[in-house]
Amino acid sequence: MGITIQQLSVFLENREGRLDEVLAVLGSNDVNIVALSLADTSDYGMLRMIVSDPNKGRAVLKENGITAMLTDVVALRVPHETGSLSKAMHQIVEGEVNVEYMYAFANGEDASAVLKCDDPARVVDILRGSGFDVWEATEAYTLNVGH
Amino acid sequence: MAGISLENWVERIRDPKMECMSRDEMASIQSERLVKIVKKVYENVDFYHNKMKESGVEPGDIKGVEDIGKLPFTTKEDLRDNYPFGLLAVPKRQVARVQGTSGTTGKLTVVPYTQNDADLWGECVARCLTMAGLTADDIIHVCYGYGLFTGGLGLDYGAKALGAMAIPMSAGNTKRQMMCMEDFGATAFACTPSYALYLAESLQEAGVVDRLQLKAGIHGAEPWTNEMRKKIEGILKINCFDIYGLCEILGPGVAQDCIHHKGLHIHHDYFYPEVLNPATHEPCAEGETGELVFTTLTKEAMPLLRYRTKDLTSITYDTCECGRTTPRISKFTGRTDDMKVIRGVNVFPTQVETALLSLGGAVANHYMLIVDRENNLDVLTVMVEVDESMFSDEIRKLDALRNKIAAVLKQALGVAVRVKLVEPKTIQRSEGKAVRVIDNRTL
Repeated sequence: MGITIQQLSVFLENREGRLDEVLAVLGSNDVNIVALSLADTSDYGMLRMIVSDPNKGRAVLKENGITAMLTDVVALRVPHETGSLSKAMHQIVEGEVNVEYMYAFANGEDASAVLKCDDPARVVDILRGSGFDVWEATEAYTLNVGH
Repeated sequence: MAGISLENWVERIRDPKMECMSRDEMASIQSERLVKIVKKVYENVDFYHNKMKESGVEPGDIKGVEDIGKLPFTTKEDLRDNYPFGLLAVPKRQVARVQGTSGTTGKLTVVPYTQNDADLWGECVARCLTMAGLTADDIIHVCYGYGLFTGGLGLDYGAKALGAMAIPMSAGNTKRQMMCMEDFGATAFACTPSYALYLAESLQEAGVVDRLQLKAGIHGAEPWTNEMRKKIEGILKINCFDIYGLCEILGPGVAQDCIHHKGLHIHHDYFYPEVLNPATHEPCAEGETGELVFTTLTKEAMPLLRYRTKDLTSITYDTCECGRTTPRISKFTGRTDDMKVIRGVNVFPTQVETALLSLGGAVANHYMLIVDRENNLDVLTVMVEVDESMFSDEIRKLDALRNKIAAVLKQALGVAVRVKLVEPKTIQRSEGKAVRVIDNRTL
């Protein structure tokens, strides 16, 4: 499996019940949501998710008339230590990779951060080279299941 | 099947005598017909009798088409005032059928036809179908609505006159349309351009385009652009044609463009066209835009003198490369009643369409204009569908797209526009006339 993981991104119009519809489609098709972030603008929202099966998630949304896309992102493992995220970010900045957005989720002993940047493979190298670990796809899609 | 390129095109003309006649010869036929029709309505229709008396015109004053400016106008309001049969020029028992417009406001506009009128209609549409390269061997899938609306039956009559096979699908149920189109081997289809695009996209999505026998699309009943035509042609690999008509005059078949797409050929042996300045009612020069006005030259049940269509166009009398001498009207820039005045600027939905298409596939050309008034200021919002290929998970990129669309629209319209991005396929596709503008101003 690749070292980057696939994020399911959904364009949401700001209208009543739209988020509910998306979540219902995923739920009824057994697509589990591991992590999510919802960004909003005055006109629309952007729902970004790590799910158990990104391809299936995209397909079932499309069948239901919802536009979704898959994006390569990095799932960084951040130890529960003060300053550890700062240290990871510092390494990324030093490596001259631009981070587009980031969101965090918790799981067991670690916290995790999903990072979107212009060169995901390079970010993984940088992080691993400086003592950080990342979740591989098979792990990331099943995190927290059964907890 | 594939669309035919211009160099391989074989032009067919159904009535070469009438469609390729010299202008002088045609003027003499038109004049003879005009004199007759004026006398007929003066004698049989109270409305025209009174109108002509009021303006001091007698049938004898009309010697030919050069005198047409002396005749009174007819408007849609006149048709409503005489609802339903006040303008009949024949006894009601001679009426074979009626058609009508849905009338978004108030009563229907009812148009009666004698059997000869219905036959004339079929003949005009058959000329158009021939112009589109179709013959008795073709199978024409009609997904215009059947009923009072003239679209469905008009194309049906045309197919019949041509001797082709008609498939009367009527509008709606896109899945069934796709199935029948494939199974019956339709070689042409007819519907509004907005539905044609929707159907084309649906066929493409279902992956059946290559299994179709289609070669031509006949689309009208709403203004559309060349860019939109090329888009439909590109998806379906066919040739598309712009058919024009209005039920008051005939229904579809009054005019259509040929393969050269240099304007729509008017069947002026039956419908005498004028293009007039909407304010002064003076004739426009060739090529100058004004309101299209028709006089029916041979219709029996409800002949109309100088009917004001509210459609804006220009006219040219040059002989076309296809060989026809019939005058051509330019593709419509809009209707006098579709035009919105926003902060003093005239805006037509078609301008928005052209601007969006100029972005080259970045956005689907399904759009909706919403006009509001906030703090005594007009605000134009354009809802635009974001094409799946342009969708990004980065808000920065979507905002950049929105700003780009706003800039292009402002440039094209001359008025600032708010752009609202919406999900693909969320703007309602129409199966009749597309609703492109919602005006929420209460003035």
